[in-house]
Amino acid sequence: MASAAPQVLTSWIYAIWALQGRHSALHAAGPDASNIEWLFWVIFFIILAAFILVILGFARAAARTYTSAREMLPIVHDKEGDRRAVWAVGSAITVTVLALFAVLVLSVITGKKVEGLTSKNPVTIQVTGHQWWWEVIYPNAQADQTVTTANEIHVPVGKPVVILTNSADVIHSFWAPSVHGKRDLLPGYSSAFWIQIDQPGRYRGQCAEFCGMQHAHMGFSVIAESDSEFAAWKAQQLKPAPEPTNADAARGREVFLTHACVMCHTIRGTDAGSRIGPDLTHLASRQMIAAETLPNTRGALAGWIIDPQRIKPGNHMAPNPLQPDDLQALLTYLQTLQ
Amino acid sequence: MRILKPISLAVLITCLIALLSCQREERILRPSPPASEILNSVQVSGLNPGANSVASPPPPKYYEESAYSVSEGQRLFNQYNCVGCHANGGGGIGPPLMDNNWIYGSEPGNIFATIVQGRPNGMPSFRNRIPEYQVWEIVSYVRSLSGLLPKDVAPARSDQLYVKPPEQSMPNQTPTGITGQPEAKQ
Repeated sequence: MASAAPQVLTSWIYAIWALQGRHSALHAAGPDASNIEWLFWVIFFIILAAFILVILGFARAAARTYTSAREMLPIVHDKEGDRRAVWAVGSAITVTVLALFAVLVLSVITGKKVEGLTSKNPVTIQVTGHQWWWEVIYPNAQADQTVTTANEIHVPVGKPVVILTNSADVIHSFWAPSVHGKRDLLPGYSSAFWIQIDQPGRYRGQCAEFCGMQHAHMGFSVIAESDSEFAAWKAQQLKPAPEPTNADAARGREVFLTHACVMCHTIRGTDAGSRIGPDLTHLASRQMIAAETLPNTRGALAGWIIDPQRIKPGNHMAPNPLQPDDLQALLTYLQTLQ
Repeated sequence: MRILKPISLAVLITCLIALLSCQREERILRPSPPASEILNSVQVSGLNPGANSVASPPPPKYYEESAYSVSEGQRLFNQYNCVGCHANGGGGIGPPLMDNNWIYGSEPGNIFATIVQGRPNGMPSFRNRIPEYQVWEIVSYVRSLSGLLPKDVAPARSDQLYVKPPEQSMPNQTPTGITGQPEAKQ
């Protein structure tokens, strides 16, 4: 164990470095997150000042000459000293109460500011937490204009966006630190909040409320892109899955529809329409699979399909011991789902 | 000192009992590959030519002894839309599952075969569609509906609305009128 410690430390440092600006409350990408970041620094400096004062006080006391403890210390009744002690303790209490009150007021003000975003006709996104992935729907009154995807949330940059929240099973918490504070997703209780991202990019998020075995691997991405990119993405997502163009892909679709896949997943444009697992209509357009756990490559997808319980033990996807030919055909088909 | 000895003995025994409760149940998250030779030997009727056939191989024990697999079975029973026909055991389009009547047998192997093969007049076949270990989980949940599973495994109270408890868990009683006595005919 001892030899593993430096490795763990370096991997942590690497992880923090790799996520710089992508998963950090100190790299705000929008007005909500910058308000929260501002509050963080205010509290940080108040506490830093208190810490330095305490350390200075200890240092001063330690530096003083001391009497040897062999003989009893004389009890001195010093009225002047008593008065100074009362003054010191009293002022310390006052400063503490005032500082805490100031922090409380600032928190309330920041909370109000974070709720301050608004806009007419915003992009609205319904995020539903599942064990252990995120269902993302762009609702529309017209059913064929509704986009359904999973784990990757595309938003137009620089515009307020409404996130509607709900949960399908237990309490989850939606937390993309560069974008907004934590918002709990409660089963059976719809809620809403606004986000805005001013810098284009890909920001990582994470479930922040313990929700079961794979809570730690329940990640998502918020992708902020320009209006035209967002519109193009949405137009692509609205299309049903393309028909297979070669025999291999056609066989892959057959495999999908005749095995366990069809019990849980939707591919619009085919007979697969179950809503238990993520919608796979445009699986190949996503960068990551398994809730930000694996890159969306052919190999990772194969490993995930064959034995998801090894990669994320306890998750709700069953192992699929497919024949090698069937698996290759299925992978070819899934990779056509752009 | 004399009184301490029985006390420490009691503490020791309590600790030992507490130790027993550890690892009460191990969850098998990566089930072994399927081997459903049970399907070849399941008999859904009592009639057969010649002598009685050999008993079917025993079903895997784990699924009937693990509360986790029963609760997973309940989740799958909902998600795979068994509830669409069987409701929460009360039946509707399909036969009820919480009573004592089993058309194709109540043994785990029989229910397994019913799910995998399908049955006439509406029960679809889920062969290849539901992985074998999940079928066993559903089997254990279905059996728990009518009280065929030990009480420490099956949930004591269901999440769903029930009209009345399953017949098996009701005490035997003779039907009585409102007054407690059937009215005598004049």
